Amino acid sequence: MAARARAGSRRGRRFRRIAGEAAQYAALTIAAIVILTPIYITVAYSLQPVEEILTYPPNLIVTDPQWDTYKRAFETGSLGRYLVNSIIVSSAITAGQVATSVLAAYAFAFLRFRGRNFLFIVFLSTLMVPWEVTVIPNYQTVSAFGWLDSYQGLIVPFLATAFGTFLLRQAFMTVPRDLRDAAAIDGYGHFGFMLQVVVPLSRAAIGALAVFSFLMAWNQYLWPLLITNDDNYRTVQIGLKSLVSSRIDEFNLIMAGTVIAAAPILALLVLFQKQLIRGLTSGAIKG
Amino acid sequence: MVSNAAAALIASRRRARAGLREAAYALALLGPSIALFATFVFFPLGRTFYLGFFRSDPFGLHSTYVGFDQYLDLLRSAKFHRSLTTTGLFALYTVPTGLALGLGLALLAHQKLRGMVVFRTIFSSTVATSVAVASVMWLTLLNPSIGVINYGLKESGIEPVNWLNDPTWALPAVSLTTIWLNLGFTFIVVLAGLQTIPEELHESAQIDGAGSISRFFNVTLPMLSPTLLFAVVVLTINAFQSFGQIDILTQGGPLDRTNVIVYSIYTEGFRNFNDGIAAGQGVVLFLIVLVLTLIQFRFLEKRVFYGS
Repeated sequence: MAARARAGSRRGRRFRRIAGEAAQYAALTIAAIVILTPIYITVAYSLQPVEEILTYPPNLIVTDPQWDTYKRAFETGSLGRYLVNSIIVSSAITAGQVATSVLAAYAFAFLRFRGRNFLFIVFLSTLMVPWEVTVIPNYQTVSAFGWLDSYQGLIVPFLATAFGTFLLRQAFMTVPRDLRDAAAIDGYGHFGFMLQVVVPLSRAAIGALAVFSFLMAWNQYLWPLLITNDDNYRTVQIGLKSLVSSRIDEFNLIMAGTVIAAAPILALLVLFQKQLIRGLTSGAIKG
Repeated sequence: MVSNAAAALIASRRRARAGLREAAYALALLGPSIALFATFVFFPLGRTFYLGFFRSDPFGLHSTYVGFDQYLDLLRSAKFHRSLTTTGLFALYTVPTGLALGLGLALLAHQKLRGMVVFRTIFSSTVATSVAVASVMWLTLLNPSIGVINYGLKESGIEPVNWLNDPTWALPAVSLTTIWLNLGFTFIVVLAGLQTIPEELHESAQIDGAGSISRFFNVTLPMLSPTLLFAVVVLTINAFQSFGQIDILTQGGPLDRTNVIVYSIYTEGFRNFNDGIAAGQGVVLFLIVLVLTLIQFRFLEKRVFYGS
């Protein structure tokens, strides 16, 4: 009797667990569908002919994908050129931010000098100045340098980052000081120690910074909008905007352009999710 | 004695020289960042304050020194008040809802279930979406003739809305786009916060007979408060800096109902060539973001549980 009751309650518990999991999966699936709907519709419209997009009720199933809309987006919308520009600008900003952050973080983590704390606060205070606040004088500066419609204008203002310096300093501080002494005995100077020991030991943090920098650079909007008029220097974000205003009736072409602008960075998210998450959360969690 | 003193002197000189060398080295390493910050952060910040003292003529050709007059005019200007109110409303529409949704998603995804990696990637996906991409997507969804949102409304018997051209609905529509755009970030940050809460806390609360709702309010929420604080600060500052979605969706209209502060800076500075007024608005934005950060930290610090 007792054994049977126990078996029964075990079965009940198991049933409850399965029902609970099913409810969780249902909630997860609904949330996923809601979040993905805008992305799905974008892809679907990019593959449909315009007449089909304009039908009512809307037809969201692609029966005959029109791949050459993408070809047209590259040819007539100059999207190829915009993509190349975005890759050049984002890669340069990423490389530059990693370089300046490694150097500055090394100074803050390993060197003793007067005014170190003060300078560190000065670095951090730059985080309190939104780019939008300084955009007018920065435009004047870049214009005075003759950098409107140029890669320098898109790249140089963003080469230093307090966030990156802070992130790497945290990582560098976990490198044991004994290693510095040992390296000094082996005849390494600061530069050798930085490149041969500190940087390789901090690969994870540097990777996080690189992915984060690339994402931020790729998605920039206000600055490239202001300083580029020339197709030769426009980034893909601004190219997308001009596609929207110049081809307002060609929804499929606009949607194809949207997919082209989004795809490289979505791929980056899938490939480097761990690094990106570390970069995004390093402000929130201590240590 | 004498030799001891001499040795000490030599040692201290050597230390001083080493210190000097280290300082020179530090300066070389910090130099690139310092030069860039000086040129593109501190100089322009000072110059923004300075430009606010000058009034430009209607063609943007000449400007005259007017001292604080322009700042005072700005603070009295009804148009600028509207812009500030719009920005505040935009923050109010986007931050609490976005945070609640991000928390909900993170709680859902903080379970040990098979295939969770896929859901987590989907929930994070909007973090990789740029403001331009998100805005163009929603421009299509909100379109009165082809948009699925109006189709959904019509099917459920609700009168369709001309979202982006209706003064009542334009700001909510822009907010909706922004909430979706920020969801990935909020989700990632909150989930990471959840993962730092030790499992034992939940277990001991369970042994003490706490139900799942009681555990959420007594364990999860207090432990999560630093993370939520961080998310609130970042989302609010983001709201005050928003520009791209306005530029693509509404251009500040209709009837200035979406003319948030950065869009107003852009219009004054780059459309009307009124650098003085644009700079003055920039100063106000700077002070708002500064005060917001400080107040939020002070105000929320007391209720935030930072752990031992």
